[in-house]
Amino acid sequence: MAAVAVTSAPLDLQALIDEVGGTSTADGAVASFIGLVREQNQGRRVSFLEYEAYEPLAVRALQLITEEARASWADTRIAVHHRIGRLELGEASIIIVAASPHRAHAFAACRYTIERVKQIVPIWKHEHFEGGDVWLEGATANPDDEAAREAARRIACA
Amino acid sequence: MRVTVRLFARLRDLAGAGELVRVVETPATVETVWRSLVDEMPGLREYERIMSVAVNADYAKMSAKVADGDEVAFLPPVSGG
Repeated sequence: MAAVAVTSAPLDLQALIDEVGGTSTADGAVASFIGLVREQNQGRRVSFLEYEAYEPLAVRALQLITEEARASWADTRIAVHHRIGRLELGEASIIIVAASPHRAHAFAACRYTIERVKQIVPIWKHEHFEGGDVWLEGATANPDDEAAREAARRIACA
Repeated sequence: MRVTVRLFARLRDLAGAGELVRVVETPATVETVWRSLVDEMPGLREYERIMSVAVNADYAKMSAKVADGDEVAFLPPVSGG
């Protein structure tokens, strides 16, 4: 699988680590973020989630995000895979891996990537809970919104 | 001219279809396509101020020109991760 992917297959952390070059001797750190399906959301008992994507644009948006991250942390290599379809409680919906000579860059690139995913990647959660279902809606996606990009950078460097 | 309209998530549920073909007069913009949809399905209008749009799988503005055969997508606020 490529460094950036949207897939209905279960996600594999090791595959992402391999994508960023494994544990190269030039690297001092590999940071990872794994997003999981949680059993509670806004007071509701979640049964399962269904993720839907506009796949070609989602892949482009993920590529844009990794390019943005590399512009800020040039020595960092990033892989990000997002799962779609039906996910059960406890399953991984997204994995991000960043490798760098410096741990601060690896952590920052990871955090920046997840914040930007939530801002601009056309993927949606359909939450099925005890008693109903609801489409979750977060940010209006706008990759040109400088304020949103700066907010993600601030969080990443906090 | 004919354009393919793609709708996602709750917009798809409201419209009852994720893919539609629309015939619009030339010259047309994304806004022209949206107007023709909303005329037919006024329930979609609540998304006008909060959605994003794309032409041929690239983010675009409502004022972007649309050509014959293009794919125009209307996207509710995103919730990935």
